Amino acid sequence: MNSLPIIKVQNLKVQYGSRVILENIQFEIYPGEIFMVIGGSGCGKTTLLTHMIGLLEPAFGDVLIDDQSISHSTQPQRLVILRKIGVLYQSSALFGSMNLLKNVSLPLEELTELPPDAITEIAHNKLKMVGLGDFGHYMPAEVSGGMQKRAAIARAMALDPKILFLDEPSSGLDPITSSELDKLVVNLANILGITFVIVSHDLSSICKIAQRVILLYQGKIIAEGKPQQLSGSSNPLVRSFFASNIGTVK
Amino acid sequence: MTKHTNFRIEQPVASTLKIIFSGRLDIDSVAELWSSCVNSIQSSPKLLILDFKDVDYCDGAGIALIQVLQKRQITHNNICKINNLKPSFASLLEYIERQPDSAEQKSLYSETIPEHIGRVTVGFLKSFYENIVFLGALSYHLFLAVLKPKRVRWRDFLRVAEETGPQALPIIALIGFLMGLISTFQAAPSFKQFGAQIFMVNLVGLGLVREIGPLLTTVLLAGRTASAFAAEIGTMKINQEIDALKTMGLDPIRFLVVPRILATMIITPMLEAFFIIFGLLGSFVVMLTLGYTADAFVHQLHRAIVPMDYIGGLIKVFVFGLVIASVGCLNGIKTRFGAQAVGHSTTQAVVNSLIMLVFVDGVFALIYYVLGV
Repeated sequence: MNSLPIIKVQNLKVQYGSRVILENIQFEIYPGEIFMVIGGSGCGKTTLLTHMIGLLEPAFGDVLIDDQSISHSTQPQRLVILRKIGVLYQSSALFGSMNLLKNVSLPLEELTELPPDAITEIAHNKLKMVGLGDFGHYMPAEVSGGMQKRAAIARAMALDPKILFLDEPSSGLDPITSSELDKLVVNLANILGITFVIVSHDLSSICKIAQRVILLYQGKIIAEGKPQQLSGSSNPLVRSFFASNIGTVK
Repeated sequence: MTKHTNFRIEQPVASTLKIIFSGRLDIDSVAELWSSCVNSIQSSPKLLILDFKDVDYCDGAGIALIQVLQKRQITHNNICKINNLKPSFASLLEYIERQPDSAEQKSLYSETIPEHIGRVTVGFLKSFYENIVFLGALSYHLFLAVLKPKRVRWRDFLRVAEETGPQALPIIALIGFLMGLISTFQAAPSFKQFGAQIFMVNLVGLGLVREIGPLLTTVLLAGRTASAFAAEIGTMKINQEIDALKTMGLDPIRFLVVPRILATMIITPMLEAFFIIFGLLGSFVVMLTLGYTADAFVHQLHRAIVPMDYIGGLIKVFVFGLVIASVGCLNGIKTRFGAQAVGHSTTQAVVNSLIMLVFVDGVFALIYYVLGV
């Protein structure tokens, strides 16, 4: 990679009591990459994401976004860093009392000085970018799971962040909707140059869109590289993950 | 029709016990024979032989029975032998035994008393720490709301105010009316003995304005509003909406808590006023039936209550509003994960609100006594 990393995870260790959840996690992500954190259930993927977006402070180690620590920052510093990221949660986390347009408008209303008509225009554009231009007046409960995910991506993009974190974007979606979401991610990465950090265990997505992945197993990184490299790995754990994901039951 | 399951016990030699099972070992039949079968090896023989020659079906319940009998023998350093278990059932037993026991599950079962005390203490300290942090953040944001009113989400404020105020008015009016009516009725026989029934107006009027009005209004709101806040914010937490706010750089206290607390603080004194009005109306109805005129009632009320009585009650109810709204929101924010979490938060919100109300009321009683109010 020629450019400097946009995210650096340094010696991250997370433990709850005596239970170690993540240990010696260290990797870098470069601007514009579609980077995936993969692994089986309970391997620590979501915990890693939670620390990367600053919701939790690690016991040891650090997460740097644009060379600024999100793990050990003051509130004003954290606000600056948070402006650079957007997050899609596994449950979409749209506000049920607001329609989709209001959901997308919210960060613009609260964190910018833009006039209301500009906010509406920007929010509508974001919804258009995810294919929901005509659905702004719908409440989250009135649209499908896939549309909720797309609306949540639109909300995450509202402030034009440099990095989008997606937590299990394909969970609860059928393969077709999931594939459409993958296309959307690739398009957004290409058009807007956003760096995507995706936590997933969906092998079809991993193989289709990931440019680089790390594979977690019992809280440790056991492999890092391109999906094609990993699927041909000699490590039995890595091979087993890729094999079990395409339906081979051992 | 299920085939009858049975077992019989043989003792070929003194140190050996043989249990011979027959029929089906399914969840229904095992339930019937579990206790008698397990109790039959209380003395734990040197060798226990479990014979399944005549067993034609065995499911998870049957396997559990085998495992319990095996474990008993192992605990006593004795031997358990399984004979004639059909391969399909044997493979099920083998599969279950192959699975590693969860370390967490083990620790749940084996928690000692000091560990339990430690866990409870740490939980209590954590909760106390969360309360302090919440109180600090809330004070800061309420202070900011006064300094910069534009930062308050007034749309949410109005929505909460409507839900807390006008929608609660019927119940407040009904309870107020009944309280005034009942307390006057209850007092009537005692006051009649002294020929002082007109002074019931003093009793009920002062009681309503100084104590019953503020306290009962907020008790009703604790059940209605504090629980609603806890449930609403708790559900948002479970749906990761609070996490979403945080990662957008929006403070949940400013965004969710401040509008709710401000609305409750402003609406509660209004509801209290209605409670008092309807309480006095209830009392007035009883006084009318006892033969007193409206003039006499109003005149006596005017003599009984001074403005400071009402102001004292008003200050109290303002603080009570702050207390119940804060407790409701705090319990919502402290909601953990899982299906029962919101229910737990809601219950805690009501219980903690009531405890805090009585405590704060006691503090006010002390302050007013010292000040001579």
